[in-house]
Amino acid sequence: MALAQRKSDALTARIAGLDLQVGDWSEAARKDALSRLAAMGLPDRRDEYWRYTDPAALTAPAAPAAAPSDADDGALVFDSIDRLRLVFVDGVFDAAASDDPALAGVEISRLAEGGALHWARDLYGTLETRAQTPVARPLATLNTAFARDGVLIRVTERAVRPVALIYRQGSKGSDAILHHCVKVEAGSELTVLESGTAAARVNCVLEVDIAEGGRFHHIRMQGRDHDRHALTHVFARLAAESLFKSFTLTANGRLTRNEAVIEILGDDAVAHVAGAALGDGDFHQDDTVFVTHGAERGESRQVFKKVLRNGATGVFQGKILVKQGAQKTDGYQISQSLLLDEDSQFLAKPELEIYADDVKCSHGSTSGAIDETALFYLRSRGLPEKAAQSLLVLAFLAEALAEIEDEALAEDIRARLENWLTRQEASAATMDGDAPEARG
Amino acid sequence: MLKIENLHVKLEEEDKVILKGVDLTVEAGKVHAIMGPNGSGKSTLSYVLAGRDGYEVTEGSAQLDGVELLDMDPEERAAAGLFLAFQYPVEIPGVGNMTFLRTAVNAQRKARGEEEMSAGEFLKVIREKAKALKIDADMMKRPVNVGFSGGEKKRNEILQMAMLEPRMCILDETDSGLDVDAMKLVSEGVNALRDAGRAFLVITHYQRLLDHIKPDVVHIMADGRIVKTGGPELALEVERNGYAGILSEVA
Ligand SMILES: Nc1ncnc2c1ncn2[C@@H]1O[C@H](COP(=O)(O)OP(=O)(O)OP(=O)(O)O)[C@@H](O)[C@H]1O
Ligand SMILES: [Mg+2]
Repeated sequence: MALAQRKSDALTARIAGLDLQVGDWSEAARKDALSRLAAMGLPDRRDEYWRYTDPAALTAPAAPAAAPSDADDGALVFDSIDRLRLVFVDGVFDAAASDDPALAGVEISRLAEGGALHWARDLYGTLETRAQTPVARPLATLNTAFARDGVLIRVTERAVRPVALIYRQGSKGSDAILHHCVKVEAGSELTVLESGTAAARVNCVLEVDIAEGGRFHHIRMQGRDHDRHALTHVFARLAAESLFKSFTLTANGRLTRNEAVIEILGDDAVAHVAGAALGDGDFHQDDTVFVTHGAERGESRQVFKKVLRNGATGVFQGKILVKQGAQKTDGYQISQSLLLDEDSQFLAKPELEIYADDVKCSHGSTSGAIDETALFYLRSRGLPEKAAQSLLVLAFLAEALAEIEDEALAEDIRARLENWLTRQEASAATMDGDAPEARG
Repeated sequence: MLKIENLHVKLEEEDKVILKGVDLTVEAGKVHAIMGPNGSGKSTLSYVLAGRDGYEVTEGSAQLDGVELLDMDPEERAAAGLFLAFQYPVEIPGVGNMTFLRTAVNAQRKARGEEEMSAGEFLKVIREKAKALKIDADMMKRPVNVGFSGGEKKRNEILQMAMLEPRMCILDETDSGLDVDAMKLVSEGVNALRDAGRAFLVITHYQRLLDHIKPDVVHIMADGRIVKTGGPELALEVERNGYAGILSEVA
């Protein structure tokens, strides 16, 4: 078959330069991933799941070049937050640049050191595998097979500080494959922060397994570098009464696809995924989310807001699947775009699939221009046009920002956004202002 | 202070002419009222003066202290001292009233090369002025005009005016939607701002407001023109007899 042949040829070319790590604890999972991958091949534009985003740059044998940003300018993301910093350069852990990984109630190991960790053996690749139906996600499988580095985190208490994964790009053509696993034990709590550009191209997987009553928060800043390509997957599995909250700010980057696959397996669990994206020019940002309710009284929210201009593209594919028996599910999904000009576009595919009869689910998707009446009202009170526009942009993003539970983190992100918008006001002539600083 | 000469305005999108040669001069220290039938162009005049998009000035001029307003952006007009209290104040979800007003005050000060107001000073001043208009602190924390009642929106317009201290204040039907007590509060707010260096152009349908805010001059607008100008007694005549008599007399 021509189609299958094309896909497997692409796979052969892509993995030609990659080494399958064997001889350690993850060998079985990696080999299993490789055989699953061989059966799937790599995705291309003809796949329904990639209809709005061309994966060519993500599947190409080599990473498209992207210049690393100047490391010395601007303030640092989350700098005001007391956090445990783990630094990765071009997708490889840099112990010297990182903090001593000592945090009460949190065990942190490097991916390669997982040999003694039963939980890691059980988790690595497991949620990724579960997420392959009903939609195949071959690039996540490729990640499981070929991940070069990552962290393994087990949480047994309420962590007093967030763990910050700080990414830095060292070279122009770097191609990173990162795989992190987090096990949140019953009743414990952790916040993971991610920031910075991992590499010219990154494929990053985060598997999060949350036991009963566990709480996991994820705040991610993707920004700054105009040319980088990123594909991320967050796979989460929620036991009873657990909580998962993820927020991502994407500002710039040539191509970004953030997938989140969340499975609610225990009753009374809460899962929120939110994103704010600011796209300017040659920018393509895609949020693809799949939330499965497999237990009773689950609450899920998907809140995605995108501000696009100068030909930027935003994509949202979001699904809520409510399985039989998942009664009293409360599912909410909203995706909205603010198009600042006619060259930009927003493509949305919101989906609901419900097999239980006593549920409350709603979804909505809108796309609109800036409210001219509001803009005039603000200007008539003396606000310069750009400042008035920034205020309206922030107001538009507010619902997504409200998903950040921690006040200090929310403030940090809001300040960064304002700063970015102000700088854009200043450089309005070029319409190519700097994105918020998103290094570590 | 405000000098409008032979102002002709049509809609940008269609061939509809709304203002057909408006002449109007408002001197510093004075209060002028404009009355006129629905659809005669009163709000259009106020929008054109404030700089709203969608209108095309085909002829004429409007100057504030000798400077052409029609060439300026809305924010420049505001900084130059022009203020419009909207007939329909705009709701802006997600933008806090307080943030908005402080940003506006400081943007104007900055544009005029004045020092910005500190957060503390701003808070002190706004509390005082909001109290006088019986606007509670809770309302100030809410998004601009969102969930405000009709009367609350109008009071909020006057609060903005009090904070911005413009020189040329245009009030477009600020009295509509106000209960009797609120009308008094708003009028007191306006009267408190009256001074020799400031002028008001008050658009209204009712004498009631003019009982509180005593006009020096009353204009009647009809079909895009000022058709009659007189003293306060003109408003009383409209109140008693409507527009029919005045319009047939000038026709
Ligand atoms: N954007 C617009 N599109 C179409 N027609 C308009 C527009 N703006 C104004 N008009 C028309 O112009 C005329 C004048 O409107 P305007 O709002 O200025 O009247 P007004 O004197 O303020 O009336 P009212 O007393 O009812 O407030 C009306 O016929 C109105 O329908
Ligand atoms: Mg009107």
